[in-house]
Amino acid sequence: MLTDTLDIDAAAFAAGTGWEIKAQGACKGEVCVPLGEGDFDVRNAAERLGMSIVADVNRGRFAIGPASFGGRALVTAEAPDLTLHTLNGNEVRLSQFRGEKVVLVAWAPY
Amino acid sequence: MITVGVETEGAEALRDFIEAASPEHPSLVDSDHVMERAFGVVNIPNVVWIDEAGVIARPAEPGWGGPQDYPKWLADVLAEAERKAIEAGEQSPYGAGQNRDSYADIVRDWAAKGAESQYALTPNQVIAASQPRDAGQSEAAARFELGADAWRADDRESAFAHWRETHRLDPNNWAYKRQAWSLVGNEAADGGELGRFLQFGIDDSWPFDGDFNRDRAAVEPGDYYPRSADL
Repeated sequence: MLTDTLDIDAAAFAAGTGWEIKAQGACKGEVCVPLGEGDFDVRNAAERLGMSIVADVNRGRFAIGPASFGGRALVTAEAPDLTLHTLNGNEVRLSQFRGEKVVLVAWAPY
Repeated sequence: MITVGVETEGAEALRDFIEAASPEHPSLVDSDHVMERAFGVVNIPNVVWIDEAGVIARPAEPGWGGPQDYPKWLADVLAEAERKAIEAGEQSPYGAGQNRDSYADIVRDWAAKGAESQYALTPNQVIAASQPRDAGQSEAAARFELGADAWRADDRESAFAHWRETHRLDPNNWAYKRQAWSLVGNEAADGGELGRFLQFGIDDSWPFDGDFNRDRAAVEPGDYYPRSADL
């Protein structure tokens, strides 16, 4: 996820990464990673989740990479509830398709 | 089926293709390259199966909708590349690996049989079969996002610096490579039908350490679209 500041709250972190912050820690599907005591701190969470934080000082931007603590792209088989857009810019959430089998095909014009 | 166009330039770059295909299924735009981060997509095309409960049945893997029906100009380009490779005594760079022609059959098998299909994986199998990801690859993804952000702000030097790092840290992620290369190639070619496929430099201004031709030649046939372990 991209952000202008590392002073972000749990809600922003969840929206950007798909990791919900609960009493048990950072959770995705059935997996929870303990975050220790204290208020939510993105550096702490990122370290425990194996998320790289890269700063672009010149541009005043940060990027938080995806979790790598499990050594795999997926830590759960529960599909992330991605938000994508139609050609016209309308939002579509993957969870809208529950109840049907989905074959998601990533393609590109390159 | 849901198609997702993974393209930094978004709807503007995808529109002609989607409208020409005039799909009856949802055809969505992923201009932030979230597919790589969320599912472990490492090349295009890649397919993910998700069941009715929202559980992944097969993680992102190379996949195709059927025997390829390319527009003639593209079929000619690919045939020529194939012919040259065979002439040079090389295997086709696009061959081996996942079987393009039979992939649609396994999808149909799952459509008919659901969890009873031999191709449906258990949740633990799905996780284990998903792409490896280490800290360096997490950084590569973060760098890719910063690069795209810089590109959109027309800060080209920052974009190129980030994307060189992306490619260095995650050389097996062809989606990150092909996207970056295509943006520069398309510009150099001033667009047109082939612009996004010109993923190599024609002069010293090429800002990347690799390009499609060099990087592809360095990979074993079959590693570009690796065959999934159970297929």
